Amino acid sequence: MDTLIAWILRAIPFGTIIMYGAMGEIVTEKSGNLNLGVPGIMYLGGFAGFASAYMYENSAVNPNMVLCVVIALICAFLAAMAGGLIYSFLTISLRANQNVTGLALTTFGMGVANFFGVYILNGRTATQSLVYKTFQTKIPVLSTMGVLGQTVFGYGFMAYAAIVLAIVLHVVLTRTRTGLNLRAIGENPGTADAAGISVTRYKYLATCLGAGISGLGGVYYVLDYNQGIWATTGQIEALGWLAVALVIFTTWKPLNAIWGSYLFGLLYWLYQFLPTLLGITVPGYVTDLIQMVPYIVTIVVLVVTSLRKKRENQPPASLGLAYFREER
Amino acid sequence: MRASTHEPLLRVVKRAEASARLKITVRLIAVLLALIVDALFIFFVTGLNPAQVYVTMFQGTFSTSMRFSWAMRDLASLLLIGIALAPAFKMRFWNTGAEGQVLMGALATAAVMVYYGNTLPSPLLFAAMLAASIAAGALWGFIPAWFKAHFSTNETLFTLMMNYVAIQLVACCVNIWRGQASGLGKLNMKTKAGWFPQIMGQRYTINLAVVILLTVAMYCYLRYSKHGYEIAVVGESENTARYAGINVGKVIIRTMIISGALCGLTGFLIVGGRDQTISTGTAGGNGFTAIIVAWLAKFNTFTMALISFLLIFLDKGAAEIASAYNLNDYASDIIAGIILFFILGSEFFINYKVILHRGGRKEVC
Repeated sequence: MDTLIAWILRAIPFGTIIMYGAMGEIVTEKSGNLNLGVPGIMYLGGFAGFASAYMYENSAVNPNMVLCVVIALICAFLAAMAGGLIYSFLTISLRANQNVTGLALTTFGMGVANFFGVYILNGRTATQSLVYKTFQTKIPVLSTMGVLGQTVFGYGFMAYAAIVLAIVLHVVLTRTRTGLNLRAIGENPGTADAAGISVTRYKYLATCLGAGISGLGGVYYVLDYNQGIWATTGQIEALGWLAVALVIFTTWKPLNAIWGSYLFGLLYWLYQFLPTLLGITVPGYVTDLIQMVPYIVTIVVLVVTSLRKKRENQPPASLGLAYFREER
Repeated sequence: MRASTHEPLLRVVKRAEASARLKITVRLIAVLLALIVDALFIFFVTGLNPAQVYVTMFQGTFSTSMRFSWAMRDLASLLLIGIALAPAFKMRFWNTGAEGQVLMGALATAAVMVYYGNTLPSPLLFAAMLAASIAAGALWGFIPAWFKAHFSTNETLFTLMMNYVAIQLVACCVNIWRGQASGLGKLNMKTKAGWFPQIMGQRYTINLAVVILLTVAMYCYLRYSKHGYEIAVVGESENTARYAGINVGKVIIRTMIISGALCGLTGFLIVGGRDQTISTGTAGGNGFTAIIVAWLAKFNTFTMALISFLLIFLDKGAAEIASAYNLNDYASDIIAGIILFFILGSEFFINYKVILHRGGRKEVC
């Protein structure tokens, strides 16, 4: 039982990181932009959030931690949006290839975060921002009420904000005019254009806001999940690709991202907790194989959705294609 | 007054065919602009003189013949993967799985070295390594291609996921082979079985020979063979291809087997000729970088060689700057990223022309 609780307590924060990444990418992909720069964007967000919080803490005489959280979130969002803006300008205005631009953005974002990170590290291997305590503040009273309280209410505020955001995105995408327009653009920008929707504006907004949301995943990773510790790392890259995988798994629906991300979290940590749960010991090489599971599951989902051809589960039809009005 | 009744200030028109001179000029301007932006970045972040930094950067590749040789060795790996990706990309099949295909080839090679290194005679051993690597890479290319051909499963995402499956397989095998040791180390350290022979002082001489051969061969394959023509038609329009009687599914699967097999071959060359060992970092991100190389070169393998050289040069240069000025290697990612952004953006001016409306007069620029 304890193992199970420990597993859930690990899986949900892990899932929250990629839930942010995936929700941002869903918004982006709904506009028809396949942004493979998610890892880079999460790097930008994570680093900007960390750096701003760290600098504020060390410069203010009496730092206000709530303000520090706000600063970190805003900086992360803006930095990630800047990444999205580079991508948008190149792919929407200059019609550069989306896959290649995304990959270049991943390289760039990782480079920027780790390059400037070294200046903050200043010779150390890791530094810590104390704001993580505020990020990790649990809901008082409720989080101490037994197993249920621990597993349901025992996380920092961003874990719940992610769920709220998923619901908001669901409503916006399926119940509002804006969402309908956005989806129309992702399916067929030519038709949307003919219907008088400003394709360029929607694509820019969706991609930049999507990038901002993905960036929050980065800041959650550094300032909550990783206890405010910044170290030169390749970890965020793997998380970013997992977020891209999660988008497929959810079949482009934000609500599915909620349980999908937790499932991914459980699957990711499967290798550590399953053997103890079953009371067996597995050799190291088997854990390597178990770590493959999230990706296999994603492939299966991808294949099954393409097999069943249910129209509501398909990727946006114009995903990955640049739109040029005069090219119809 | 409604905006739509006005002529827009800028209008974008597709070019029919850009002249070679225009293409070269636009790209040169892009690289120059990128270098200026990079220089500004270097200056404002580090306060160093950018000109001096660029000189140091130059030394990363050209200061000694050994450095140059290493640069060529790394260029061979990157360019080989680019060549492998060319047919798939020309077909507009987004093979983002090169990293995994290379790893599978490397894994198969290493497996043969581990299990048959002491039993098979040398020529047979090399043949087995070669065959295994090609088969493993081809399999990794075939799986997503088959699903694409039959169910039009999204190949970008499928191949991307296959990378991680391959990485975990490699991690698993490395874990088994290293036993109690902390790392795997070089395979067959004592017998050197499966290591490429040293030619002109280097084991990777064979890699260089293969890459030169394949650069020419792939160029001819894409440009002059029937297969190459079919690939081009499928890439331009699947419907046209069907109408012309081309079996699209067959072409997709065949091309991806070739692409995967060449990636596998790259894995073989890396393990046998460069590393003599395997790790999850054997492909080292080259599988992703090569996508950029193949795309920017528009599948022309000779252009690919140039772009690969530029990227390797930057990489080596940044490492040199890092050690000379106490910076860190990640500078190369930033510098390369900025250059890539500019080159990607410059494609626009090759494919389109911008027409400026000024008081009824048309000005083309």
